[in-house]
Amino acid sequence: MPQTPLNAEHDRLGASFTDFGGWDMPVRYTSDLAEHQAVRESAGLFDISHMAEIFVRGATSPAFLDYALVGLASAIPDGKAKYSMIVDVHGNIIDDLIVYRLEYDSFLIIANAGNRSAVVDALKERVATFGFTDIFDSSDEFALLAIQGPKATAILQTLTDSDLSELPYYSIGNGKVSGVESYLCRTGYTGEEGFEVLFRAESAVEVFNALIKAGAQPCGLASRDTLRLEAGMPLYGHELDLETNPYEANLGRAVKLDRDKDFVGKDALKAISEKPVTKILVGLVGEGKRAARADYLIYATAEATESIGKITSGALSPTLGYPVAMAYVSPEHSAVGSLVSVDIRGTRLEMKVVKLPFYKRAS
Amino acid sequence: MSNPENLKYTKEHEWVLIEGDVATIGITAYAAEKLGDVVFVDLPKAGTSTTYMKICGEIESTKSVGELYAPLDGEVVEANAAVVSAPETVNSDPFGAGWLIKVRFTNLPELLTVAEYNALTGEA
Repeated sequence: MPQTPLNAEHDRLGASFTDFGGWDMPVRYTSDLAEHQAVRESAGLFDISHMAEIFVRGATSPAFLDYALVGLASAIPDGKAKYSMIVDVHGNIIDDLIVYRLEYDSFLIIANAGNRSAVVDALKERVATFGFTDIFDSSDEFALLAIQGPKATAILQTLTDSDLSELPYYSIGNGKVSGVESYLCRTGYTGEEGFEVLFRAESAVEVFNALIKAGAQPCGLASRDTLRLEAGMPLYGHELDLETNPYEANLGRAVKLDRDKDFVGKDALKAISEKPVTKILVGLVGEGKRAARADYLIYATAEATESIGKITSGALSPTLGYPVAMAYVSPEHSAVGSLVSVDIRGTRLEMKVVKLPFYKRAS
Repeated sequence: MSNPENLKYTKEHEWVLIEGDVATIGITAYAAEKLGDVVFVDLPKAGTSTTYMKICGEIESTKSVGELYAPLDGEVVEANAAVVSAPETVNSDPFGAGWLIKVRFTNLPELLTVAEYNALTGEA
């Protein structure tokens, strides 16, 4: 199983490991609740080097990405980032991505580890008609660390001469972190403020330990999952997959249909956007301590026997103390305030549709 | 945390302390570690009958749900109310204050010795 350059460090820190997207990743070091809390209250450090880094460079790269993705990469200002998706011809989601525009003709795409080859293959296939653009899958050459939490920026600032206050949310800059040339991305997947730091893999141990020494607590993927769930952020394989289109996932805002030029999935997405969806992603909350978990079925009432939806992610929210879940339900049960009944291993739990996210940091 | 010598074990990672005709039952440190932080336990009430290797309770962590298998036939005499209100005790003291139920048993099946259980979990 592939490992990140930090595998031995995780082991040394006492981590338990899990298979995530085909990678051997730290699920927790000591306590997933403590790690979750560290991110909400202080600063947590995640090794996300399993994620794919794909560079797209060349004179036609803006036009090419406009064709290959659902959003308009050509409209992203230099140094800024945009959430986007790559869909198939039917409009179903191959992956969700962050697209960073490094320069006019140079982009960095971060894709999910498990979708690396699907994304790279699709990009390479779609680039065929565009000259002067090259696609580089540089995933193996880079380490990616996320430092997240209210103290993340201050901690990272102690290790770099770059003025982090000059990098607004969803932007990217260059700088040295602990002496190592890095991309500094003000993005994240926890609902907290923070950075994702990308640099050559051979410096991974050095930068990782420097950030820990500066005060960031190493955090595993268990806490990353509860953090992103509270923040209402989708996870590919749960909320997103090849049987789901962006409108069902409430991600229609990332799809730019209103343009003359074609893009892969345009015709399908246009048709989908003009019809009512058959399922829609919602947030659910319940009382008590029992979590509704992925794949549990949802019913209109406690007595109903025909399911109207399915949980995609769920946990007892560590921050809020009650069960939260994301789920696909049929549209007639999706209005905020609607009550539904979830089958939790034979026991029904009443849950209420709420607006996402469940948790929003005080700004 | 090493597995105490004075306990018996099951392949479902429960430990059993036999005192007269009452067995105190919990989950092992190995199981607690695998589950992660325990946030909810659902235990059978006193008076509930238990059947060997039938599910009689649930232990939930943030990430997953573990099932509690009854290691013997009998009747629950007490469920640990302290653990219900402070489920994290299962992680902090799995072999002590984190015990789950006491069962008055009617027959004692063959359970694993500490050496057998250590072999199962790959501990020395």
